[in-house]
Amino acid sequence: MAGAGAGAAWALLVLGCGSPAAEGSLELWALGREGEVVREMVAGFERRHAGTRVRVQQIPWSAAHEKLLTAYVGEALPDLFQVGNSWIPELAALGALEPLDEWIGRSASLRATDYFPGILDTNVIDGVTYGVPWYVDTRLLFYRRDILAGAGFREPPRTWTAWVEAMERIRAQGRARYGILLPLTEWQAPVVLALQRGAALLRDGDCYGAFSAPAFREAFEFYVDLFRRGLAPGAGEIQSANLYRDFATGYFTFYLSGPWSIGEFGRRLPPALREEWATAPLPSPDGVKPPLSLAGGASLVIHRGTRRKQAAWQLIEYLAEPAQQLHLYRLVGDLPSGRRAWEDPALARNPHAQAFWTQLQHVRSTPKIPEWERVATKIGRYAELVVRGAMATPEALGALDGEVDAVLEKRRWLGRCSGRAGAPPHGEAG
Amino acid sequence: MRRIARMAILHVLLVLGALLTLAPLGWMLALSLTPVVDGGGGAEIGGLPQHLTLAHYRSLFSGLALGRAIFNSAVLAATVTLIALLLDSMAGYALAKLRFAGRERLVRIMLGALVIPAQVTMLPLFLMLKELGLVNTYAGVVIPGMASIFGIFLIRQYALAIPDTLLDAARIDGASEWRIYWSIVLPACRPILVTLALFTFMGTWNDFMWPLIVLMDDEMHTLPVALASLIGEHAQDPELMMAGAVLAVLPVVVLFMAFQRHYIAGIMSGALKE
Amino acid sequence: MRPPLRAPGVWFVTPALAVIAAFFAVPVLASVVLSLSDFDIYAVADLRNLRFVGLRNYVELLRDPLFWQALANTLYFVAVGGPLSVAVSFAAALLVNARLTRWKAFFRTVFFLPVVTTLVATAVVWRYVLQTRSGLLNAGLGLVGIGPIDWLGDPRWAMPAIILMAIWKNFGFNMVIFIAGLQSIPERLYEAAALDGAGAWQQLRHVTLPMLAPTFVFVVILTVIGYCQLFAEPYVLTQGGPANSTLSLVLLMYQEGFRWWNMGAAAAVAVVLFAIMLGLTMIQLRLRSLDGGWQSEPRRGAAVPASDAPARAAAR
Repeated sequence: MAGAGAGAAWALLVLGCGSPAAEGSLELWALGREGEVVREMVAGFERRHAGTRVRVQQIPWSAAHEKLLTAYVGEALPDLFQVGNSWIPELAALGALEPLDEWIGRSASLRATDYFPGILDTNVIDGVTYGVPWYVDTRLLFYRRDILAGAGFREPPRTWTAWVEAMERIRAQGRARYGILLPLTEWQAPVVLALQRGAALLRDGDCYGAFSAPAFREAFEFYVDLFRRGLAPGAGEIQSANLYRDFATGYFTFYLSGPWSIGEFGRRLPPALREEWATAPLPSPDGVKPPLSLAGGASLVIHRGTRRKQAAWQLIEYLAEPAQQLHLYRLVGDLPSGRRAWEDPALARNPHAQAFWTQLQHVRSTPKIPEWERVATKIGRYAELVVRGAMATPEALGALDGEVDAVLEKRRWLGRCSGRAGAPPHGEAG
Repeated sequence: MRRIARMAILHVLLVLGALLTLAPLGWMLALSLTPVVDGGGGAEIGGLPQHLTLAHYRSLFSGLALGRAIFNSAVLAATVTLIALLLDSMAGYALAKLRFAGRERLVRIMLGALVIPAQVTMLPLFLMLKELGLVNTYAGVVIPGMASIFGIFLIRQYALAIPDTLLDAARIDGASEWRIYWSIVLPACRPILVTLALFTFMGTWNDFMWPLIVLMDDEMHTLPVALASLIGEHAQDPELMMAGAVLAVLPVVVLFMAFQRHYIAGIMSGALKE
Repeated sequence: MRPPLRAPGVWFVTPALAVIAAFFAVPVLASVVLSLSDFDIYAVADLRNLRFVGLRNYVELLRDPLFWQALANTLYFVAVGGPLSVAVSFAAALLVNARLTRWKAFFRTVFFLPVVTTLVATAVVWRYVLQTRSGLLNAGLGLVGIGPIDWLGDPRWAMPAIILMAIWKNFGFNMVIFIAGLQSIPERLYEAAALDGAGAWQQLRHVTLPMLAPTFVFVVILTVIGYCQLFAEPYVLTQGGPANSTLSLVLLMYQEGFRWWNMGAAAAVAVVLFAIMLGLTMIQLRLRSLDGGWQSEPRRGAAVPASDAPARAAAR
């Protein structure tokens, strides 16, 4: 009988246990590498605001989007959290985010004007600001300078034609196995190319797919062509496990990536190669228009339902300080979202970062709709199908349009289409 | 001579099979003890590692808090097992030995329900638990597992063999039904209870999809979920991941080795009834 | 005399029944209802955004190429992996149980070991085993001269890779069941056959297989039910890729339901999955009863763990 009693007591104890969040501590969810290093950073915050403890939870990027939505449904969102800025429209539509215009207005240290306009714009939905950019991300070229030079190119390519020519020559001369590594399921590469071509991804108030339009189709064909010509390996996502070694051994020359790779390449490449790689802004289709890239990055947002908004805002202000932005840069390689931080010599004299500075003046956001993540996944999927030869381009783009139209059906039913037919693409900047 | 030849072939095949079966596990162990070379980014196979290291295990316990996940898994598995043993044995005994209206119909319905996959329940169950405020709690993981049709039938099958005379004699002596259950039926069912406990414990320990959905906090994660989360971030670090896998696998393997007879007997007894 | 409803039996059954009714039966019914609505993230935000759409989810599902892909993948896994797994288990059982075998217990333990390992941990290990250039499998194949195969990156090889892993993980479980069956065949049948001049092969065909027929059916049903629920392997190994060649029905359900929060569509997938499993099970049972040789019902019930703990503990 005693055993049973103990058993019962145990069971009740366990059933009563919930999440071990301590009272008075601020809960922050951070993603990926930032999630691992931000713990160091908040120590300084805790010292400054004695009495406020911060609990950091790290979530891998691959599971972050679903975790956030699941947490929202389960009413278990933390006080503040990091989001990819392309998710902000979705979370805002759910009413999960606290509008921040007032907080920004009243802030002594945080200035809206400090941020790259194209980046800040990704946080503004229907005129309301929901997030504070934490670091910026855009995609540009990482490349092996020595391989390129060996093929006779002192400067990185400025136009699409020059780019392809460089890759062809590199391959012909056997300097590298492939021109560029393009992970198959990722949507960023075809979308970036499409934005450069001036393609609108969606039409009619972002309520229908516009993927069969000529501009998108040309960019898409260019993308697929890179594989067809053998300039890019048909490697899937899993293959990126060897990314750094492959870059080091000259398996590929170019790589489309973001700022985090500055840190990762620095850490993981053998010391001999440290001088041999560089970054460059994307080539533009015709060399005349400035080359556009994605307005990416992560923002910090506050959960609308939290009771610790004041403390959460203080943490955001803290992380937005130039000193902290530089701290993050030194830890992970993430580029500051505030322009003041760029004046620091660490960045101003860093050639890798400077390419980003240039590119960040010309960024465009993806359509700011809640369904964007779904649409993006479908783009990636059809891109993969066409690259693998399972579908022809016109057929694939038509099917993509059909699927995207279906995804957006609820949006149309809810009357959320802005109704401006033929509206210019969102996030026009610089 | 033919006999020796046959024995040889037999054992060669068996040894080959054993090697193939153990190869991934052995590799897992070896890699987990291998120091990382050259900034990582891909494991090399080239014979035994020069020296062994426990560094990966250390980092799993310290920085990556896998220790907490092990604790969670153990606590949850133990809790579910305790409760399930009680509930399933009560119901199994009742369905075997106690008469009440609709008993056989109940048995048939539950039988049919065995075909329904658990995934069908997960979405509404999540919404239901959300309303009850049980998302991201231990209870959210424990409660759906507290009773299982399989467990009930396992007990029932065994309890059918308890002689009725024994129970009737106890009733004539004035014992209450609860006493009969507690003092006669349970001891008589010990072997099958051990088996059910093993199945339930290991099943809960290894359960992945439901804890993945229900537990949000890092600190609440069970071991499989923590491991999946780890590989999301550390796919480039095979040695680290292998160490994590070893930690996940070791407890159940130890448990299995200790209780082999019961575990396998349980499966075989189920099969024999076929 | 009809037993009274207030019989103690009712009280004993009630706790377990309540749990099962509340946390199993109700959700199952709710799933069906959910599948008739367009419950999604908008509806989570505001229930007024919910619409009842009847069978539209099912119609959309039938029009969704991803669903057909998931269905094909799952059936491929079941139809190829199932028989292979059963064959390997049977072969292992024959080897371990053979009269001449020494150290039976040792081999039985070794072959059973993968069954008890945590599936996610195994998937993690196999993710590296299957790597093209540095993985164990290709290294081993290289020793016998087979070129490196891009297991996880090539749509043609990804599902075979998962089948391989699933067989490795599971064959011990069915092996034990087969061993039990083999041990229950009376020795005199073999002696009689030997006296009639039957060799080992003929003994297998004319004594072993017929006697084991019920066991085979049992194992196949168990395996099919388990394999229909393929989820953790593709989730950890490939996330459904490459080119959705390893997208299973349950993974599709998870993605629709918990990644995109299209709960209505996800519930429809779940219901369809259930219908398929039910159909397959009925077919097999029908085939078996055609063969004759039924055992009594309660015994079968005790030994068919479909979706619950042991299937999760051991087979999955």
